Amino acid sequence: MTALALPTARQEAWRYSDLEAVAAVWPVPPAERINVAAGESAVRIVAPQAGADGVVIADYAVDIAAGGTCAFFILNIAGRLGRIAIDVTLHDGAHFELGGAIVGGAGQTLEIVTTVNHVEPNATSNQVVRSVLAGTATSSFLGKVAVARDAQKTDASQSVKAMLLDRTATANAKPELEIFADDVKCAHGATVGELDRQALFYLESRGLPPAEAKALLLQAFVAGAFVALEDDGARADLEAKALAALEALL
Amino acid sequence: MLQINNLHAEVDGKPILKGLSLSINAGEVHAIMGPNGAGKSTLSYVLAGRPGYEVTEGTATLDGQDLLALDPHERAAAGLFLGFQYPVEIPGVSNLQFLRTALNAQRKSRGEAELSGAEFLKVARAQAQALGLDMEMLKRPVNVGFSGGEKKRNEMVQMGIIDPKMAILDETDSGLDIDALRVIGDGINRIMRKDDKAVLLITHYQRLLDYVRPDFVHVLANGRIVRSGGPELALELEREGYGAIAA
Repeated sequence: MTALALPTARQEAWRYSDLEAVAAVWPVPPAERINVAAGESAVRIVAPQAGADGVVIADYAVDIAAGGTCAFFILNIAGRLGRIAIDVTLHDGAHFELGGAIVGGAGQTLEIVTTVNHVEPNATSNQVVRSVLAGTATSSFLGKVAVARDAQKTDASQSVKAMLLDRTATANAKPELEIFADDVKCAHGATVGELDRQALFYLESRGLPPAEAKALLLQAFVAGAFVALEDDGARADLEAKALAALEALL
Repeated sequence: MLQINNLHAEVDGKPILKGLSLSINAGEVHAIMGPNGAGKSTLSYVLAGRPGYEVTEGTATLDGQDLLALDPHERAAAGLFLGFQYPVEIPGVSNLQFLRTALNAQRKSRGEAELSGAEFLKVARAQAQALGLDMEMLKRPVNVGFSGGEKKRNEMVQMGIIDPKMAILDETDSGLDIDALRVIGDGINRIMRKDDKAVLLITHYQRLLDYVRPDFVHVLANGRIVRSGGPELALELEREGYGAIAA
């Protein structure tokens, strides 16, 4: 196998990335393959750890057979560059669930890149991404949903929300739809905003110091990415890690 | 307890309060009435420290402590409570979690021991019951999906849990039906009618004052208090309208 060429900013999937950091670790290992058999279900939790200068690039290639389900829950908080890319192929009636949270500060670049291929009818996908950014951090969610000609009754949804704590932070949200079937439902929403000042004042007026009030609001915002995680212990663990990352920003 | 002297404040550069003075002693309930746009809500926000409400002149102290020098959470810890005219909805944050965090933050800053989960729940349950708010509502996100009346009950539950010494209640009676008004009135009396506490009620109408009888009634117009009197002043206002009295 020949190693793939180093990505450039001309490639859509890499245009917001930290290519200098990418070059430092290139070539990266090939994508990890995850095959979910018909009717089976799989849950994967991805929460990489890295130092401030670390680079995390993780690729997954997921194939979900008929009636199968695969859920990914991602907490992307670590390293100078943290990039998690998932390429999913959905067969008849399969479901893919993504809950992704990004929490970054300083000059971090944190990315979640997904391609969800609905290649057969009746498959569903639901992607929820919540980002909180401070300093000069950049987050990107690039989410492509491709619906093949035969993939009728596809139901795909993407909800991407970002919260900027500083005006110097950047959030890129790019849902992309490529639909060749005619009986499909594809919903997507993307918002970038700041903390609700009214809510902050309300909390502070009850005695919460500003940092605690912000942490409470942001914790609730980020927790939106993990509501579909059924394992209470795993969810609590992700929420605790997310909270620690949030508190470091405040 | 609360001393306001010659208070001037503006919002977006527009003067709203223009030399307001008011003195409230422990054990007293005062009511401020006045036409729309008189500055009633501005007064409550200025005292609670809402960003964007700028004091340009004058003083406000709570038990001798300069309120205007404190951040909103410090004012709360000093014993001030603002009941909001429009309580804010906060998705994803449970009432109980929020209130326990808030109460313990206040207690900590006063050097008091924090309440355990069980101790806190006991207090919360008692207050919810007294105000006719289902405990299940307290487990839900703050004010999300609450009716207008439930939001106001929730404000009073919060007041009961926090147990402040000075409460400013901004149109807590608006949007309530007759039964809810009585429950809220009883709640205010039960929680705040004490020798070491005081209340400032901001209201448009006489009807709340049937349940929470004020010691003093003030008329606020054009950013100043233009008349003060006893409870009978509220009745006179109801009869004659603000036009005649505030002119």
